[in-house]
Amino acid sequence: MLEINSLQAGVENKLILKGLSLSVKAGEVHAIMGPNGSGKSTLSQVLAGRDGYEVSGGSVSFLGKDLLDMGPEERACEGVFLAFQYPVEIPGVNSTYFLKSAVNAVRKYRGEPELDAVEFLALVKEKRKILDLPEDFLKRPVNEGFSGGEKKRNEIFQMATLEPKLAILDETDSGLDIDALKVVADGVNQLKSADSAQIVITHYQRLLDYIVPDFVHVLYDGRIIRSGDKELALQLEERGYDWVIEEALAPA
Amino acid sequence: METVVETMPETVDPREQWETAFEQQEVGLKAGFPEWLFPLRKAAMARFDEIGFPTSSDEDWRFTNVKAIAALPPVFSQQAANVEGIELPAGHPLLKLDCDLVVFRDGVLQIELSSAIQDGDGIFVGSLVQAFAHPTLGPLFESRFAGQREVEENGFEALNTAFAREGLAIYLGANRRLKKPIHIVYLSEGKEPVETRFIRNLIIGEANSEAVLLESYLGGGAGAYANNVVSEFGLGDQARWEHCRFQDELKTSYHLSTLHLRMGRGAHLASHSFALGAALSRSNIRLKLNGQDGEGILNGLYLTDDNRVADHHMIVDHAKPHCLSHEYFNGILDGTSKGIFHGRIHVRQEAQKTDAKQTNRNLLLTDQATADAKPQLEIYADDVKCTHGATVGQMDEDAIFYLRARGIALEEAKRILMHAFASEIVDRVQWEPLRDRLNELVWTRLEK
Repeated sequence: MLEINSLQAGVENKLILKGLSLSVKAGEVHAIMGPNGSGKSTLSQVLAGRDGYEVSGGSVSFLGKDLLDMGPEERACEGVFLAFQYPVEIPGVNSTYFLKSAVNAVRKYRGEPELDAVEFLALVKEKRKILDLPEDFLKRPVNEGFSGGEKKRNEIFQMATLEPKLAILDETDSGLDIDALKVVADGVNQLKSADSAQIVITHYQRLLDYIVPDFVHVLYDGRIIRSGDKELALQLEERGYDWVIEEALAPA
Repeated sequence: METVVETMPETVDPREQWETAFEQQEVGLKAGFPEWLFPLRKAAMARFDEIGFPTSSDEDWRFTNVKAIAALPPVFSQQAANVEGIELPAGHPLLKLDCDLVVFRDGVLQIELSSAIQDGDGIFVGSLVQAFAHPTLGPLFESRFAGQREVEENGFEALNTAFAREGLAIYLGANRRLKKPIHIVYLSEGKEPVETRFIRNLIIGEANSEAVLLESYLGGGAGAYANNVVSEFGLGDQARWEHCRFQDELKTSYHLSTLHLRMGRGAHLASHSFALGAALSRSNIRLKLNGQDGEGILNGLYLTDDNRVADHHMIVDHAKPHCLSHEYFNGILDGTSKGIFHGRIHVRQEAQKTDAKQTNRNLLLTDQATADAKPQLEIYADDVKCTHGATVGQMDEDAIFYLRARGIALEEAKRILMHAFASEIVDRVQWEPLRDRLNELVWTRLEK
């Protein structure tokens, strides 16, 4: 589904990703862990198409298409979803209006008929329950005045509504207490399917107690220096990152 | 070699011209008006002699150059009253609202066209002349005329007191409620030479009265004009009013307005200002919270393009405790246009528990558009909540990316954000049919 090959990218002439490769297949959950400054957020931003990041080498293909060649909206319409680490507050933009515009933009792109108000409300009613969001939140401006937990739940709610093929969760666990974390993880797990994949980017192992990954990768200095299964995450929790880094840097 | 000798055109100080005009107009300025008025006019003229037109060295006019207006010689409206066959722009969204109408044409009240004119059952709507001559309400209107300040604040306002013959007076008695909103439509045509049209409104809402008042300034034709409007509102205890000004003057023309709002105990007023037109508009708003628990909402949106200027200058005076004033002004500025917001909040020592808030947000659509924001807090009470914030910037890149990352195309994302920026203001209009029409008007303008 997603093939990242020797990706090099940075911002303002500073190279951050230094040849990152990753292969994600449908049905898989990948965790990307790493210390601060290793390039985790850069990876998510580059995959989502944020302006200001320069790709200087390598390639990313998504379902056989060149992802890097597409604008952010095109990537979203193709089925890539980024759950933001810091969801943006947009005063004045009603949440219902925003989400309906997004759903219909994606449907239009896929050649599907747009949803009318009634159909849309039926869709969100069903999804809202999964995330235990209050009924009035769709009447409020996007993320405005939301608590940290509400913002993260709103991200997953959008993900549930847009049904992406590839979801990238960027530090979705940051700022969440354990109850909120469970709600978010439950939501993500319910969205798992055989034809979609998830990349969970996190600093801590905590989230992976609830979203169990098939693969765990350690990102350090812009490269994946070790890959393993969920046991690797537990080892990182126990021993920290230093030993992995030392082993990776040691001459073979 | 040929020598070109240029003769300097004889320059006449516009101040002298206005003084001469005042002497020439004396008969007309007295006609129909009670005797007490002319001394006030004379005093205002003396005030004008003293202060003249504002210049950019006046702190309150620092960002706004009014030279072009100050240079206009005194030319008065040639429009007659009660002209038949004046056509209203029937297709205009605001004229589709279910309101009682008052119509001004080129600054002159057209009684025949004004369905809102009435007198009886505690409600009076009529001309300034009718108001002052009213057997019971006359003295009240007299006491309120120029009654909210000791002297005229600036030369434009002084000229208004000196010259205004036209205007609307409204009296809403205690516990009275307007059955329909009143819509004052100021139709203005450009003329050559440029006319200055003085309008003076006096509005009184007694205790517990309720009303919706809409004013539309609609420009048309070629040429230019200057509208100089002063409106004095006095609202009694517990009065609940909504007031909206929609300014869409001709883009060659000038709009100078001063709004004096004085509110009694527990009164609530939302006053909205939508400034879409005029080459230069300057709106002075003076809100005095003169009784406990008063609530004043000043809410405004300005849209400018080309090299036009929209200036809002507010002074909110918290004279009594437990009052609330919230000011929200957003500007969307295109081309090389300029938006100015000046907000002074004065909290007197007595005015404990004041809740004063002021925000001014400016969205610049080009690199050449500019916005100036100047908040000014003068607080003499110690237990108050006063906040102010001003932003000037381009469209929020983070918000654009967020929308695009959900599949919404770039142009659509920008459209949504611009709409949201305007809607923040429009949504504060409480009368729903008006809100819908304003949304339509603002949106049509932004889509252009």
